[in-house]
Amino acid sequence: MSRDRTLPALAIACALLLGAAALAPQWLVFLLALALAKGLVVLGLVLLMRTGLVSFGQGLYFGLGAYAAALLSHRAGLADAALMIVAGTVCAAAVAAILGLLLARYREIFFAMLSLAFSMILYGALVRSSALGSTDGFNLHAKAFAGMALAAGLERRVFFAVSVVAMFCVALLLHRYLASHWGRLSAAIRDNELRVEYLGASVYRVVYVNYVAAGALAGMGGAFAALAVGHVDPETAYWTTSGEFVFIAILGGTGNVLAPFLSAAIFEGLRTVANQYAPNVWQMSLGLAMLAIIMFLPGGLWTLLRRRSAA
Amino acid sequence: MNDILAVLFDGVVYSSWLFLMAAGLTLIYGVMKILNIAHGSLYALGGYTAATLAGAWLAAGQAAIGSYAMLVAAAVLVGLVMGPLLERGLLRWMYGRDEVVLLLVTYAAFLILEDAIKLIWGVESMLLPDPYSLPGNFHIGTLAYPVYNLLLIAMAILVGLALAWALFRTRQGKLLLAVIHDREMSAAMGIDVNRVYLVTFTVGSMLAALGGALTAPMIAVSPGIGVEVIVLSFAVVVVGGLGSLGGAAIGALMVGIVRSAAVRYWPEAELFTIYFVMALVLIARPKGLFSAPEARKI
Repeated sequence: MSRDRTLPALAIACALLLGAAALAPQWLVFLLALALAKGLVVLGLVLLMRTGLVSFGQGLYFGLGAYAAALLSHRAGLADAALMIVAGTVCAAAVAAILGLLLARYREIFFAMLSLAFSMILYGALVRSSALGSTDGFNLHAKAFAGMALAAGLERRVFFAVSVVAMFCVALLLHRYLASHWGRLSAAIRDNELRVEYLGASVYRVVYVNYVAAGALAGMGGAFAALAVGHVDPETAYWTTSGEFVFIAILGGTGNVLAPFLSAAIFEGLRTVANQYAPNVWQMSLGLAMLAIIMFLPGGLWTLLRRRSAA
Repeated sequence: MNDILAVLFDGVVYSSWLFLMAAGLTLIYGVMKILNIAHGSLYALGGYTAATLAGAWLAAGQAAIGSYAMLVAAAVLVGLVMGPLLERGLLRWMYGRDEVVLLLVTYAAFLILEDAIKLIWGVESMLLPDPYSLPGNFHIGTLAYPVYNLLLIAMAILVGLALAWALFRTRQGKLLLAVIHDREMSAAMGIDVNRVYLVTFTVGSMLAALGGALTAPMIAVSPGIGVEVIVLSFAVVVVGGLGSLGGAAIGALMVGIVRSAAVRYWPEAELFTIYFVMALVLIARPKGLFSAPEARKI
């Protein structure tokens, strides 16, 4: 078995990204910030996939996180980004802790569909609430981070730097978790649930914990995305958004905690290019790419990197 | 009284529409164990093709009654072209993989078809109001309803009966039921499973296209109409129990009537009542209302 190079890779990536936060042009910071936010959501999804579950409803927690953060600044007048991020994460985690009690009993298609149903309930509620701007959503503007006022024009860069730090911590934690007892149980559950039960471990508990963690990560991603874009709308909870997360997860593969961020960056980059030059065939190219990955690279793009380093 | 009658009637109309989509979806799932996200694109394709064909028919000055035949012809055409194309060209390479992987494959097909539709028909919406307004209105109490709604209900009943007859009364249908029950055993007994798959998928696609074709006169056919249909018909099918035709009918009725009651009495809740019903049913019956229990495999 080759030595685990995840930690050095993570550290180097984060150092580079922090450099980008200070020096890169505004558009690149925006693109990377969005990619990192989505990467966080997909990291949660990857955790679920490792347990053998595909959620077509992570938009629920993404939307919850975004709206919780946005409402804090919009309604409560607390325009502090640190608070908003915490609020988004906690809010999503709390809802996941409740729904997880139920969803942890379901598998395969039924898990996918039930999580989809819950996200569509949120979408329906958001579209119909005129107080929250209905389909248009509303803008938010964070002016401070952890008590420090931010100069205009600098906010986006600061938020991005914060998301890099968050990515570092979360990826590190999850990497440790996946190598731990419980993390390995997750893979065992994917392979054969019944045998895991026979061995005396609680499948339900592992699935539940992973589900709540995935929800919290999606909430955090939602809050970061809201900060990066400066706007929230019900589309964040729509099933196509959830589908996008699933796509990014498939693209990157579940092999490593860095894969979601890499593939989210590729995804956002491609989207920017496609919007510029070929907006009409964007979805089509997504679909073709997805088919190609499923057919030829079932482990995702990450397996390409692995093969090269193994050779 | 009048109120309740109106709610019920609206509900049944909506249920008929839902059932047309859900029947195809549940048939495909029952036989092939594929939850087909591309069903929504087939619905949209049916709508566009119907609007084009019937529009051309009317523009040529032919008898207006023929436009109904054009709607059905559009559905058959879409089914016959797209069904084999998707099944032979794409899905058959994926058999044997996880259900969730197949779900993702059809999701990819959906993404591709969405853009293909935009490339073929453009992003302008198409209108085909004649078949809808032509039969005029009828009255329930003081409320006026388009006769077209009755046609929709009749069509749903017809499709339901035809499917039930084909499944339970014909030789081919019984072969199909055998495949649903045990794929490998049926293959061993000499049933051509590949052909059953092809026929099932084609019929399912045709039903989706029929749903779209019959909807085309009621709406402006525009990009994205398939997106919402997918989750709606998923909800119906999951409520009824995946793979059960009777379940799809009951599920469609439940969802349709609950929705029309919500529209009447609590309009803000309209969008999520459907998913609320679905969540409630799944909580009580984790595999839907009419699903056979399955043995756990070790």
